[in-house]
Amino acid sequence: MLPNAVPVSWYLVLSAILFSLGVAGFLIRRNIITVFMCIELMLNAVNLSFVAFSYELKKIDGQLFTFFVMVVAAAEAAVGLAIILTIFRHRMSLEIDDVSSLKN
Amino acid sequence: MIPLPNLDVIAFLVLATFAVLCGLSVILQKHAVASALSLVGVMGALAVLYLMLGAEFLAAVQMIVYAGAIMVLFVFVIMLLNAGSEQKSNRPRYFAYFAGIPALLVFLGLIANFILRELPNSASVQFGAFTQGGPAPVGRLLFTKYLLPFEVTSLLVLIAIIGAMVLAKKEID
Repeated sequence: MLPNAVPVSWYLVLSAILFSLGVAGFLIRRNIITVFMCIELMLNAVNLSFVAFSYELKKIDGQLFTFFVMVVAAAEAAVGLAIILTIFRHRMSLEIDDVSSLKN
Repeated sequence: MIPLPNLDVIAFLVLATFAVLCGLSVILQKHAVASALSLVGVMGALAVLYLMLGAEFLAAVQMIVYAGAIMVLFVFVIMLLNAGSEQKSNRPRYFAYFAGIPALLVFLGLIANFILRELPNSASVQFGAFTQGGPAPVGRLLFTKYLLPFEVTSLLVLIAIIGAMVLAKKEID
């Protein structure tokens, strides 16, 4: 039986599920671009919890934080994809296991 | 007669299911372009959820900036590098599968339990109950209380532009 209304906590649980999916993808994927997309998924999940708390507290400060997260994500995507381009140019590979010079 | 369920509940359940399925698709698809398309699905579902939570401006920004600009950048790089399907690596990821994923499930269970226990009486979401998320209130707060972070953000974007240009520039032989 469906409840009559959706509490804010359900939105928070959805946010936690999406964040966990992002972390799982970060752990199991090998393609650098897909790993980067998983980071975007995690950022989006956190944004959802910011907006949900903004609704809960009836204040829009949380939405402002989401706005800033979006700007930082855009800057991060630009720089990150440029780094991926450089890595590909040097190593001709997008596998994350091939980029391990810092390990030795 | 069965009472009709609340439309807010139906919309949330449909969108949440769609978002989780698209999220699963992001991490399970073999092809990077398919992952990118699934991520656009997640972002679209989240934009509608923002709308239901009263964040109209953010819903529009989510579609324009995230699903539009950032994902186009991703798809552009995928196409540019011809990053097709992932080739099979001979290095298996025992650590990720046998330590990472169980730890993640424990984290998810704990945090869901914590949320549902600590917020038993959280406000119920009704579309249109909170209408402070339009461009005018957001802009007013952005240019008064959060003016300094806003200016710092502009500096950050400038640095990101310069950094991306320097990194992506071809080395002159």
